[in-house]
Amino acid sequence: MKFIEIKHCYKLYKDGNAAISDLSLFVDKGEFVFITGETACGKSTLVKMLYREEKPSKGTVIVGGINVAKVPNSKVYKLRRKLGIVFQDFKLLPKLTVYENVAYPLAMAGVSNSTIRKKVRLALERVGLKEKEKSFPKKLSGGEQQRVCIARAIVNEPKLLICDEPTGNLDPKTSKEIVKVINKINKEMKTTVVMVTHDKEIVNSMRKRVITLSNGVIVDDTQKGSYVADEID
Amino acid sequence: MKLIRIFFRNLANAFKSIFRNISLSSASLLCTTITLFIVAVGVIVTENINDFTRNLTKSLSIVAFVDSGSSNEEIERIKNEISSIENVKTDEIIYKDRKTVKEETLEKAEKGSTIYTIVSTWEDDNNPLQPEFIIYVKDSKKLEKTADDISNIDKVKSVKYAKEVNKQMTPVIDIIQKISIIIIIGLIVVTVFLIGNTIKLTIYARSEEIEIMRLVGISNTVIRLPFVIEGTILGFLGSIIPIAVTIWGYTICYDKLGGILFSPIIKMIEPMPFTLYTSLILLAIGGVVGMAGSYMAVRRYLKV
Repeated sequence: MKFIEIKHCYKLYKDGNAAISDLSLFVDKGEFVFITGETACGKSTLVKMLYREEKPSKGTVIVGGINVAKVPNSKVYKLRRKLGIVFQDFKLLPKLTVYENVAYPLAMAGVSNSTIRKKVRLALERVGLKEKEKSFPKKLSGGEQQRVCIARAIVNEPKLLICDEPTGNLDPKTSKEIVKVINKINKEMKTTVVMVTHDKEIVNSMRKRVITLSNGVIVDDTQKGSYVADEID
Repeated sequence: MKLIRIFFRNLANAFKSIFRNISLSSASLLCTTITLFIVAVGVIVTENINDFTRNLTKSLSIVAFVDSGSSNEEIERIKNEISSIENVKTDEIIYKDRKTVKEETLEKAEKGSTIYTIVSTWEDDNNPLQPEFIIYVKDSKKLEKTADDISNIDKVKSVKYAKEVNKQMTPVIDIIQKISIIIIIGLIVVTVFLIGNTIKLTIYARSEEIEIMRLVGISNTVIRLPFVIEGTILGFLGSIIPIAVTIWGYTICYDKLGGILFSPIIKMIEPMPFTLYTSLILLAIGGVVGMAGSYMAVRRYLKV
């Protein structure tokens, strides 16, 4: 069953440059997909279209049955509540504790305190940060901050987890730990994972589906693939 | 239930945020306090000037002398005709019969003077003095026209009013009133601009926070809510010192100066309820500008 359907999608910028060109892509429910490619090949633009931070200039992007491009600006938040997003720069609120950061999307959606407590504790347990719930982000290491970001992304139990270069700011050892956490979520929660990365080691060690982009076009799409972006001109 | 929960959580967040962003909150608070203080001084000064000019125009009256042989019915008719003139303050028409005019003349005259001696020999109801109407007008600019209309009433022998004073004073009062309105509007515009810009800067410093809120699926309304509540709270808090200065400062000044400024003809407005109204204006400006300023400033960072 397809969870993401991208059909003949284009993303053109005002200066005429195309970030994405006639791209079609299907991702099954529960799949783990790496999106790789050289810098400025359109990887981030592609995932930004999934959570409607970018709108396709042409074509359709369907996520979990929702035609993302047709969602009005005022209703985008409803789509994002169904997704989990992990960023390279963590995007944590520095003046809130770990618990408050993870609880934030639920609290602002009006969820009851008891449900929040249950869900936040479970999410923190899944990422192995149960003991740090009272800490502030500044007191945490890069890897721990990224785990908080993952916990916040999965607290709503989303069907899709979008990870935009989640290991970009981390050392190789911590990067592996983070990918392990994401892989665990994919397996235990059956969450579809789309992860943008240019970390060759991680891609090669995971043996998952690898989609390689170049100049906004898919140049390679292999199940149990490896990192081939280096080999493409 | 959900909405109530969201509102109270944001209310709590707004209070927490004031303390968590204490330097930004202080900057915003200080700016609001200073600008509202200037507005308070502006309102007090201009309102006192306005009150002085209003009192001057109020004191402009027309005295209409009535034929001394007029019967009570005729007096009543004259009063009705005066009342029917549009510019006349109908509830402030004063009629003085010959007896009252005689008594007042005696009061004003020095005892033992020729006038006093002569007038005191006259009878109360049968004396050569003319009964009179004292008439106040609504608009001092139309004083001359009103005086003409009154003089045309049958049995009104003559009218008297400060024609020259009125001619010279009316344009001056007009200019003073216009200038004071311009000053107040100008001060409010400057306040809105200054407080608004401070809020813009404080929200710019928190634009990343807004971006995170958007990305984790929070609606635009809920994103705005803590900022708008915070802006309103800071606006209200910023008006506290100017309000205190208005109430106590003005009252102390009033008491020390005995309610008179420079000359006995320039009377200050009594502190109550004037300072209360001024305080309400300051509170409203602080709250509304804080609320609207935050709403507009956050809008910039939302994709709406």
